[in-house]
Amino acid sequence: MSPLTLFDKLWNAHEITRRSDGSSLLWVDRHLVHEGSHHAFARLAARGAKIAEPQLTYAVVDHYAPTRGRDAIPAGDIRKMIETLECNADLHGLKIFGLKDPDQGIVHVVGPEQGLTLPGMTVNCGDSHTSTHGALGALAFGIGATEVAHVMATQTIWQMRPKVLRITVEGCMRAGVGAKDLALHWIALLGADGARGHAIEYAGSTVRALSMEGRMTLCNLSIEGGARLGMVAPDEATFAYVEGRTYAPKAAHWEQALEIWRALPSDEGAVFDREVEIDAAAIAPTVTWGTSPEEALPITAAIPDPTKLAGTKAERVRDSLEYMGLTAGRPLAGTPVDQVFIGSCTNGRIEDLRLAAAVLAGRKAKVPGMVAPGSTLVKAQAEQEGLDRIFREAGLDWVASGCSMCVGMNGDLVEAGKRCASSTNRNFKGRQGRGARTHLMSPAMVAAAAVTGTLSDVRPLLEGRL
Amino acid sequence: MSGWSVTDGLAVALPRESVDTDQLIPARFMSVSRADGYGPYLLHDMRRDETGVRLTDFPLNRAPKTKILVARRNFGSGSSREAAVFALVDFGIRVVIAPSFGDIFSGNAVNNGLLPLVLPPETVEALLSDLSEAADEMTVDLGRGQVRFRNRVYEFTLPEVWREKLLNGWDDIDLTISRAEAIAAYRDRRMSAAPWVWPEK
Ligand code: SF4
Repeated sequence: MSPLTLFDKLWNAHEITRRSDGSSLLWVDRHLVHEGSHHAFARLAARGAKIAEPQLTYAVVDHYAPTRGRDAIPAGDIRKMIETLECNADLHGLKIFGLKDPDQGIVHVVGPEQGLTLPGMTVNCGDSHTSTHGALGALAFGIGATEVAHVMATQTIWQMRPKVLRITVEGCMRAGVGAKDLALHWIALLGADGARGHAIEYAGSTVRALSMEGRMTLCNLSIEGGARLGMVAPDEATFAYVEGRTYAPKAAHWEQALEIWRALPSDEGAVFDREVEIDAAAIAPTVTWGTSPEEALPITAAIPDPTKLAGTKAERVRDSLEYMGLTAGRPLAGTPVDQVFIGSCTNGRIEDLRLAAAVLAGRKAKVPGMVAPGSTLVKAQAEQEGLDRIFREAGLDWVASGCSMCVGMNGDLVEAGKRCASSTNRNFKGRQGRGARTHLMSPAMVAAAAVTGTLSDVRPLLEGRL
Repeated sequence: MSGWSVTDGLAVALPRESVDTDQLIPARFMSVSRADGYGPYLLHDMRRDETGVRLTDFPLNRAPKTKILVARRNFGSGSSREAAVFALVDFGIRVVIAPSFGDIFSGNAVNNGLLPLVLPPETVEALLSDLSEAADEMTVDLGRGQVRFRNRVYEFTLPEVWREKLLNGWDDIDLTISRAEAIAAYRDRRMSAAPWVWPEK
């Protein structure tokens, strides 16, 4: 048999049938829903249909989760959205990770954390950052409301087989540089639509050396480079992460699962549709300066100058700089920020908080900011380690878990014209609030921005601290 | 949803790159129920000032009967929010022409009768420049795979599955349910091969 990629193996194992037009019907092992799934529940209700596999469907309150005052949510949209999900979960007999659940958190943090996401699975959620779950060696991709309703009703999804892109990263990342920088680096290199139509497999020694948290950050951002999904082949680090988690297989099943999972990595000599190689040593702490994730540069660089560019490119840069209120040609470092945010499904895990705390320990933030852990378990862990104290003593707010300022649906917004150093994933216009100016960066870099009050290179601040 | 084979109507230029889903519909409007309509929120923060008043020089405000939108690369990138498509469709738009689209957006669009039509960058630039002064009539013909504009014809091909869905306004759920047997057989196989997918907890 010809050698297969990880992607081939996962796809083939889940393909139920293929239509003459080339689209495949895939079985869905895990379906995760959140408040935003209300459109799909409404569609299901309109058909009088039930959820086909309630045992494979899990509901999470995250997008609208208040980060403060959870016990008394005032009447209004936020409460309505949360209650609608609770009612739907109840109606269909779904396990829900609600606001009072000690396991509540952002859907893409909760899935892996609970062992709901496992190697070899297909995972769907009505959220583009579902690509996160690929870090465990799963085929995980975001879908729209119509498709969510389809998965609910049938536990399957129609998909055209994407092409497969392997991004191989070799070498050592320098201290202070991590998965977020790697992701922003490749997106800047290939473009925000650079991996359109592709599934990405991240490979190479640098990726192997990443922690599971780092792999999740990397896979999470796949969508920002236009990819359908991102994956890392499961290995011993994956198995160690999964073992013992609440919903992970136990005893005989665990042994049986391991045997299957060990056979998942791409075979020697497997052919990819496209290959990209990246030198890890060349990556610096990276920040976005514009309004697309591709508009990212090393913190040591200067703000791009549209007068040195031609045509639509110049137009685009001019538009981004105007929105962001930046001056062409100036160094990026030193740009004053108004506030900071640490959190989201990209960088709200324990390791992210540890890194940010390493920068903030014994220092004061010059600007206000907020730290929202990715899950309630992460919050508890951080508090046990005393990280919350470091954040508070630095002057930052330590709040409850949820999507929070990543998208602002719960009311945690950045005001118009304010500049926010953010560990999130989208710097789109208006993402954090109308007129808000978002700079994406790693949580360590956000901490550096807090300490200095400007966009700053975190490396000197980390010296002797790692 | 009903299908369509020809869209005839006003085409408007939106000469911007990466019109992402957060711009198509800002997050704060996403708790609206579909029955209430998403049209008013389409490109809300581009179309309206801080007080909600329509900006008169914004292309879509000058041509509220637009059926076809022409934009630059990476249209619909970002979130999986289908509300971005609802906003376009509820506004009355049937076709968006651009050199590239976000993958999830494209899937969502086709599921709602909206055609994400990829044309080469040069063609798109030519259309944008022809439409830069004012909106103009355009025809998009699914059956023949043609865009007809002024005296020009641009050919396009679509994935067969998209064409069928758009023409027929098909609902996938019905099609899939007709395969219930194959699904049930797969489920049995999956359950014996990977029983842990159905958690023990
Ligand atoms: S944290 Fe942000 S990107 Fe992640 S699921 Fe929530 S809103 Fe989406």
